[in-house]
Amino acid sequence: MSGAALDITNLSVAIRRGPTLLHGVSLHVAPGEVHGLVGMSGAGKSMVGRCLLGILPARVGITGGSIRFAGQELVGLNERDRRRAGAQLALIPQDPLSALNPSRRIVSQMTDVMRLRLGLTQSEATARALAMLHEVHIRDPEGVLHRYPHELSGGMRQRVLIATAFACEPKLIVADEPTTALDVTVQKQILRLIRDLQRSHQTSLLFVTHDLGVVAKICNSVTVLNAGRVVEQAPVAEMFAAPKDPYTQALFAATPRYDQPGGVVA
Amino acid sequence: MIFRRILLRLLQAIPTLAGVAILVFVLVRVVPGDPVAMMIPPGADADVVARLYAQYGLDKPILTQFGLWAAAAAHGDFGMSISLRQGVTGLIFSRLPATLELVAFAATVAVVLGGALAVFGIRHAGRFGEGAVDAVTGFVLSVPDFLWGLAFIVAFGVLVPLFPISGRNDPSQALGLASDFILTESFFRLRWGVTADILAHMTMPAIALALPLGAMIARVLKSSLAEQMAQDYALLSRVKGFSRWHVIVAEALRNAAIPTVSLTGVQLTFLVGGTVLIEKIFSYPGIGSLAIDAVVNRDLPLIQGLILTFAVLFILINLLLDLSYAMLDPRLRHA
Repeated sequence: MSGAALDITNLSVAIRRGPTLLHGVSLHVAPGEVHGLVGMSGAGKSMVGRCLLGILPARVGITGGSIRFAGQELVGLNERDRRRAGAQLALIPQDPLSALNPSRRIVSQMTDVMRLRLGLTQSEATARALAMLHEVHIRDPEGVLHRYPHELSGGMRQRVLIATAFACEPKLIVADEPTTALDVTVQKQILRLIRDLQRSHQTSLLFVTHDLGVVAKICNSVTVLNAGRVVEQAPVAEMFAAPKDPYTQALFAATPRYDQPGGVVA
Repeated sequence: MIFRRILLRLLQAIPTLAGVAILVFVLVRVVPGDPVAMMIPPGADADVVARLYAQYGLDKPILTQFGLWAAAAAHGDFGMSISLRQGVTGLIFSRLPATLELVAFAATVAVVLGGALAVFGIRHAGRFGEGAVDAVTGFVLSVPDFLWGLAFIVAFGVLVPLFPISGRNDPSQALGLASDFILTESFFRLRWGVTADILAHMTMPAIALALPLGAMIARVLKSSLAEQMAQDYALLSRVKGFSRWHVIVAEALRNAAIPTVSLTGVQLTFLVGGTVLIEKIFSYPGIGSLAIDAVVNRDLPLIQGLILTFAVLFILINLLLDLSYAMLDPRLRHA
C-alpha cells in the first residue's frame, strides 16, 4: 500500500449565516508525504482536517472549492458516498481520553472499523488488532485488547488509536495534534512511533499542530494558516531556514529556545 | 460483591421504613377526621361509638397504639381495614399486582417514547426535527398526568371510543387465572385474547402516566446525547465510516443513558405516586385507587399499610436503578 495525493484547492468554509472560517485554502500532499498544517488556535487548521474527513460541526458548511483525494472529488458527495470515499482516510485524534468510548472494550473499538471497511470476520479482525498492537509496541497487547479505556494510561490509549488508524491501511491519515494532550516524555515516543509507522506503511500524513518543533521532526512540507488563510507554504527545510511571511516569522519568534534563555515571547 | 451491596442497601432501608411508619402513624391521627364517625349513622348511641373505638384500639394512648401496631406489623399483620373489614395485608397483596403491571407498562412506554424522541431529535440536531421534539416535550411536560387521563377519556373513550375507560379487564369474561398478575399470567398461558383485553384497558391510564415521564426522559437523554455526540469518540466513529444512526445508537446512547437513569429513578417514584389519581380516574383496581378510598374513609390501618407499601416500592425502584449504573458504566464496576 502506498499513500495517495491530496489536493485541496480554494477551500472555503463558513458557519451558516455566520462568519467565514476558511478563506480559499489550498494545499497539496504528495503520496507518502508528511505535510504539516501549522497555525495558532482558531486559525482553522483543525477545520481543514474535518472537511477532509467529512465531520464538520452541524452549522458549518463548505461554501466553495474542492478536495480531490485519490482521484476523487469529495466536496458535494452525498453522505453515503462520502462515507465510502472515507475508507482510505483515517484520523489520529487529539485527546486519547475522549476519543475512546468509555463503555466499550478496546478490542471492539479496534475491530469495528476493520469489519466495516475490510469485511473481516470478528476473529480475523481481532488477530489483526493484536498484530497492530504489537506494531505500536504496547506492553501486554493481549491484555490491552480486553481492557476498558479507563484502565489504560494516556500514552497507551494514544498507541491504541494509532494502531486503529493504521489498521485499515488508509492512504492518508489526519493527525490532529496527536501529542498535545500527552506529557512531554510520552510525546516524543508517540511522535517517533507515528513517523516510523508512516514510513513502513507508506501512508500520506496531514499533521495538524501548533508546535513548530514537531513540524521540524516529522514533516516534509508545511502550510502555515492564519485566520483561515494560507500565509506560507514551503518544504520544511526551506521555511525553517528563511521564513518569508511576517506571521511565520512571528510564530518562530514565539517558540521558546533553550539556547536563548530569557527571550521575549511575542 | 454485588450481593453485599444489595444486602447493605436493604439494611439501610429498615430505618427509612421505620421513619415512614412513625410519621404516617402520627399524621393520620393528627389530621382531622375520625374513622369511627365515617362508619356509623349520625346520632348513634354513645355506647356503640365507645365500643367501636375500643374494638379498633383507638381509645388507647397513641404510643400504645403504635407499639401494638408495630409489633403486629413486624409479623406481617397490618391490622384490619376499618372500611372494608378485611385484613390490610391481604387487601394490599390482592391489589398490588394491578398497580405493578400498570407501572411497569407505563414505565416501558415512557422509556421507549422518551428514548425514541431523544434519538430522533439528536439525529436531526440543528434542524426542524430537533425543534419539533423540543416543542412537543415542552407541551407534554406542562400538562400533568391526571389531565392527560381526563383528556384521553374524552377523546378516545367518548368521542372516538377506541379504548375502554374503566376497570382492568372485561368483567363479562371469566379469567380463571391463578395469580393477580393477570397481564403477565395470561400472556404466558398463551391466552392472548385476555392479554389484549387487559392491555386495551391499560393503554389510556398507562399513557397518561407515561407522557410526563417520557417527555422528561426525552429532554434529559437528548441533552446528554448531544454532549456525547460532541465527544471525540463519536467523531472518530464517523471517520471510521459509521452512519449517524449507528453512532447515536451503538456508541453514544449507552453513555448518555447513565445520567438519564438517575433522573428516571426519581421521576419513576412520581409515576408510582401518579397512579393514585390515575387509577381513581380510570376506576383501575390497584393500590392507588385503594389509597384514595382509604383516605376518604379515614381507614387508618389501610392508609398506614398502603403508604408503607409505596415506600417499599420507592426503595426497591431506587435500588434497581442503583444496580443498573454498574451495568451501564464499566468504570463503576470495579469501584
